[in-house]
Amino acid sequence: MPTDTQQPLDAARWYDLFSRGARDWLRHDEKVRESVRKHLPQIVAGGDLITGGARTVRVPMKMLEHYHFRLRKPEERQGAGQGQAKPGDVFADPAQAGGSGEKGPGGREEGEVQLLLELKIDDIVDWLWEEMQLPNLKARAGPSEDSEWVREGWDRRGARSRLDRRRSFKELVKRRGAPGAIPTFTDEDLRYRQLARRRQPALRAAVFFLLDVSGSMSDRDRKLAKTFFFWTVQGLRREYRSLETVFVAHTTEAWEFAEPEFFQVSGSGGTVASAGFAKVKEIIRERYNPAACNIYLFYASDGDNSASDSAQAREGLAAIAADACFTGYVEVSSGLSRQLDTETGRLFEELAAAGGATGSYGLNDFEDVWDAIRHFFSAESRAAEGA
Amino acid sequence: MSEPAWQDYVQRIEELATRSGLSFHPVEFEAVPDSFMMEIAVYGLPVRMPHWSFGVRYIYQLIQRKMGHSRLFEVVFPGNPGHAYLASGNGLAENVLVTAHVLGHADFSRNNLLFQRCQTPVSEHIVEHAANHARQIQQAIETHGLQRVEAVLDAALALEQHIDVDQELRRPRYPQYIEAVKVPADEPFRRRFAALEPAAASASAQAKKRAPVPPHPERDLLWFVAHYAPEMESWERDIFLAVREESFYFYPVFATQIMNEGWASYWHARLLREADFIPQQAYVDAVKCHSDVVRPVAADSQVALGLNPYHLGFSLWEKIVEEVGMDGALAIRAQDDDFGFIRNHLTRALAEELELFRYSVRDGQIRVLEPDLNALHEAILAPKYNFGAPTVMAQHIRTDGTLELVHDHALDGRGLDLERSRRVLDYLQRVWRRPILLTTTNQAGLVLELSAP
Repeated sequence: MPTDTQQPLDAARWYDLFSRGARDWLRHDEKVRESVRKHLPQIVAGGDLITGGARTVRVPMKMLEHYHFRLRKPEERQGAGQGQAKPGDVFADPAQAGGSGEKGPGGREEGEVQLLLELKIDDIVDWLWEEMQLPNLKARAGPSEDSEWVREGWDRRGARSRLDRRRSFKELVKRRGAPGAIPTFTDEDLRYRQLARRRQPALRAAVFFLLDVSGSMSDRDRKLAKTFFFWTVQGLRREYRSLETVFVAHTTEAWEFAEPEFFQVSGSGGTVASAGFAKVKEIIRERYNPAACNIYLFYASDGDNSASDSAQAREGLAAIAADACFTGYVEVSSGLSRQLDTETGRLFEELAAAGGATGSYGLNDFEDVWDAIRHFFSAESRAAEGA
Repeated sequence: MSEPAWQDYVQRIEELATRSGLSFHPVEFEAVPDSFMMEIAVYGLPVRMPHWSFGVRYIYQLIQRKMGHSRLFEVVFPGNPGHAYLASGNGLAENVLVTAHVLGHADFSRNNLLFQRCQTPVSEHIVEHAANHARQIQQAIETHGLQRVEAVLDAALALEQHIDVDQELRRPRYPQYIEAVKVPADEPFRRRFAALEPAAASASAQAKKRAPVPPHPERDLLWFVAHYAPEMESWERDIFLAVREESFYFYPVFATQIMNEGWASYWHARLLREADFIPQQAYVDAVKCHSDVVRPVAADSQVALGLNPYHLGFSLWEKIVEEVGMDGALAIRAQDDDFGFIRNHLTRALAEELELFRYSVRDGQIRVLEPDLNALHEAILAPKYNFGAPTVMAQHIRTDGTLELVHDHALDGRGLDLERSRRVLDYLQRVWRRPILLTTTNQAGLVLELSAP
């Protein structure tokens, strides 16, 4: 019976086209990722991620549940079983094994399965930048000493390591087309890649993170600042091949730190912003040439600068703003309503009024981090266009 | 001719079944790959609407299969003709057994009254019907976007158990006006009243009173939302009604599981015994397979903390046929569902013979309880009440469109799981588009009101 043996085969192929289960599975995973994205800033706030080696974030997730109306879990429930058991017998609850779930069409009790999502930070950042339609930064391409070897053209002489075999083979084929040619490779055929020196526009950047660690900054404030700093670095990394980060903390004095210690620092005493600005300026002068390097300053503080420091701080900030592509001020203060209406806030406001490339944002909560980032990057790109 | 194929036996098994008293619509058999069987297990239907919650079930199913927990031999979809899908990995013996089993199901679904009442109005071709729903929803996704359709499905599928099978599938809307009590006009009192107060008498006769919506607490939430939501779009209502139709289709399968599986198991055993045309080896293999299917307790243990519906149903049907004969058994299969079946036919003697027991779980400890037949019945049936869902009813729509839901906590014995209920309200609120309130009780038994938003 040829038809009978034919049919199951064809049928099998046809059914292979069905993959609804996999499709809905993918949709589920997509939803999981969506919910992860929403909480990303908090998730990432945990580790030392800013310049650390980790390029991925691992997020343990439960499977999503499609909710139905259910009765509350009773303190005691009854069930029916079968087998050799006498009244009064006691067993351990094999709840881990799944128990005896009734299979209703909608809900069933399931043992818990955990997913471990691994997200690449680069992917997250790319995705977020697209999703939030953040502008790409415009690099300040000043006259630059930067130069680099780039490939350019071919030559018949060169180092063995730069032999272009594909190109050489093409030459061989071309030459063999002529009548009476030698069929094997000759020195004539060989082509070597050439390198040339090219001047590059400056694509270096230095980012200064200036953090107020005075007594009035709480742990939460510092964590907020850190989360913000982390994503700022990620955003800047998209644009600059080499990005250097400098961490400066200040109270009434200022110190430079390595990243791991930076967020552990807690000081006491008052806030003198000018000390921080002076330290930043000093580092710029020592290590970075503003003409060859894009300089960014992000300053996080609760805004409580001492009033006597106003004039000095204004001066210090202006000195930095002259060199920097952009200065940003983020005010981290838990639950204060009069945000940005502080000493430091006014300082940056004046700078903005004077036409400086600057932006300020009041950061209250982890959910606001993205708004803050969006705010700064839009402000930065506006400033770059205006310049 | 080399190996005999199971297809060669289908017709002879069908003839044998008809001669033994079964009556069924023709069944189309089809062997399908395991992956397809698994999808049927997940969706309940071969082609069904897309929703991420099926993806979750699919993952669990994959894990279960990896652990070797369950194996599916067949799935039957009742109708005229019925569709039976057999796993293409089945051997000859398994398929012979499964064919007989399927005919038992086909007879059951054709003759059982609950099936007739719930499923026949949905469609005689449920597979195609559900595929049609899936296609409609696919079109809705193309027109309105995945997000919006998914929001509707989130709500509709969350309420899929909340239907009222005691009502018609295609039930009319509530009457708009309260029907006036007919007063015979020539009653002496009326005549005298009309003579004294002509204005008042005619006014009271004419005043039409608008009926409240709903006129009584409404259990069929899918129907109610689809018809009375203040701001739902017609394609959204269609999705609710599609989900409701499928729930009507699933209800009898759910509510007769023990009977139905038992009946099919009884008949595959019996038809195998009588089918003398099956090769000896295939018969022996098939019987082995049968005893695996109706095994009450896992091979390596003495006690099971759940009942195997195949085994329980099979044992009950054997007893019934023995006691009331085949005609009596046929009548029972037509008239009962699991509630009647267990309460009427699971006797003390049989419960003892089958070593059924009742247990309670408290603080992670399982204690076997004293035998009590009625309590045992209830322990078996408890998960089946009301489609396995709490009794949540629509009670009132306020003039601003606020929906008031009420949970009958007295009936269910305790209040709702609050966190889950809140989530369901959130789903529902996105299609109801006005506030929703839900009354239930908390841990301490005090009345509590949840609201969304």
